[in-house]
Amino acid sequence: MDISVKLLTMLLAILLFVAVVGVMLFIASRTERRSGSLVGYVFLFPSIVMLSIGLLYPAGRTIYQSFFDAAGKAFIGFGNYGQIFTSSDELLVLRNTVIWVVITPFVATAIGLLYAILVDGAKGEALAKSLIFLPMAISMVAASIIWKFVYEFRPDQPGIKQIGLLNQVLVWLGGSPQQWLLNAPWNTFFLIVVMVWIQAGFAMTILSAAIKAIPDDIIEAARLDGVSAFGMFRFVTLPSIRPSVIVVLTTIAIGTLKVFDIVRTMTGGNFGTNVVANEFYSQSFRADNQGLGSALAVLLFILVIPIVVYNIRQLRATEAR
Amino acid sequence: MSTSTPHLDLATEDKAVRDKMSVAGRAAANAKKRVTSPMASVIAVVLAVLWTIPTFGLLVTSFRPEKSIKTTGWWTFFSDPQVTLDNYKGALNASGTAGMGTAFVNSLVITVPAVVIPICLAALAAYAFAWIDFKGKNFLFILVFALQIVPLQVTLLPLLSLYVKAGLAGTFWTIWLSHSTFALPLAIFILHNFMKEIPKELVEAARMDGAGHVKIFFRVMLPLLTPALAAFGIFQFLWVWNDLLVALTFAGSSDVQPMTVALANMSGTRGTAWQLLSAGAFISIIVPVTVFIAMQRYFVRGLLAGGLKG
Repeated sequence: MDISVKLLTMLLAILLFVAVVGVMLFIASRTERRSGSLVGYVFLFPSIVMLSIGLLYPAGRTIYQSFFDAAGKAFIGFGNYGQIFTSSDELLVLRNTVIWVVITPFVATAIGLLYAILVDGAKGEALAKSLIFLPMAISMVAASIIWKFVYEFRPDQPGIKQIGLLNQVLVWLGGSPQQWLLNAPWNTFFLIVVMVWIQAGFAMTILSAAIKAIPDDIIEAARLDGVSAFGMFRFVTLPSIRPSVIVVLTTIAIGTLKVFDIVRTMTGGNFGTNVVANEFYSQSFRADNQGLGSALAVLLFILVIPIVVYNIRQLRATEAR
Repeated sequence: MSTSTPHLDLATEDKAVRDKMSVAGRAAANAKKRVTSPMASVIAVVLAVLWTIPTFGLLVTSFRPEKSIKTTGWWTFFSDPQVTLDNYKGALNASGTAGMGTAFVNSLVITVPAVVIPICLAALAAYAFAWIDFKGKNFLFILVFALQIVPLQVTLLPLLSLYVKAGLAGTFWTIWLSHSTFALPLAIFILHNFMKEIPKELVEAARMDGAGHVKIFFRVMLPLLTPALAAFGIFQFLWVWNDLLVALTFAGSSDVQPMTVALANMSGTRGTAWQLLSAGAFISIIVPVTVFIAMQRYFVRGLLAGGLKG
């Protein structure tokens, strides 16, 4: 396919959907004359169709497939789930995922929060915040490449210089270069750094808005009471922004559960760094194990549900303020 | 000499108005009134610069000759600058895996419809949920809302089978349809929230003039909805442009693969070819970074409006 064909196909797709919307609206204006409420269904129709075929059916099918074997033919009940919780490979995957999900949200949120407080009202605030937020605009693959380069290793031999920033700093401080991405279990933490680097900007943006929304009279009252900077943080700021903090924590947690790009690009899941989302991909599309892959996806789904429910509750609390 | 917050004398009506504002509204209102110490400003800027160093390092590397990259650190660039565009040429025309040039076009072709389609469909659905009364409305709304929870991993395998059966495998349609479907629950939710905020009086007035739902949708809703559509549009644009999983699953072949896939492949097969990887990475981020910088305001607004994509 050459470029012009691709661009034409793209235009075709857009026109097609605009046409679909047009047809829907036409049908809607006709139905309106007959029955007011039927119109609602016409407006909803395309979305419901897409959601049913594209989300509901596949989700149900995956749950179903998770009870079958690798080829999807023989029913094996909870066999796949059993494998996830007993095989040593899978247990490692679970352990790593837990480490990711516990550490990333708290570290990213802490950095975002502290920076939001620090930069609040500072000169060049807008530029500084843009720079911190910038990693969110680039793909996780690009971010992984950026940091893979930072972690690059060159052996400690005469005449060989370091090209990775981290090892160079270590050498300048008198240490010897390390293969950061190869040594388990610390390599997982070096991968987590990338996710934190990306997500801290998000935390900062949300929390900065929350901090700026704290009513000034509360802050004035606290100042008049002679509260210290730390006291202000602990007794005024933090309680006021609590719902936003929880929304940030849970959103980052959900994103972290699904993190796949970083692990795949930097280590391919090797050297003991594998996580559930990456293992899902490996099992489903490389090992062709539909059963286990589906079970891993369902596990991801189950893990996400309580966090999302909590997230939504907190979102409502922020809206209500 | 302390620089504390200037004392504000909030009149009662002022306070009442402020209490009614959303978080984002109050943040905007308060934004100009806080002042902090110069020391904090300096630290903040320094930290921001440090934060950007890894990105900067790769950018510098993308312009250095291959030999320099492999033997010296990029920080030596400032004492011995050697610039070349060979890396970019090499990345754009890379053979084997699709060059970044083809991948760039693919990214564009994939992303634009994947933004336009869900916006169109979600606008219709959101309007129905916000302003039309029909049976089962609440149930359907909760269902659509709850679908945001479904992680897309859970849908991939069956969708792939469906596409293969429908003969769509390996075309752009698989990605367009997938991304559009995944975006719908959140899009409907966000647009619905924006639509609800449109004053009832405007809708009533239009209805007095005899306008049906379709007319109201076009004449009243759409014009007022432009900021929301922009916010969601940018959000979706960045999300699709930077996506790896959906692209890898449905567009694995080199003819239709976007830049994220091309880059991931490059990293896998030419893992130490930093001259290509650096240039490739920067080719892939130039569009999202530009979009982000130009539209930052809308993007942030989208985030604060509940566009929290997990």
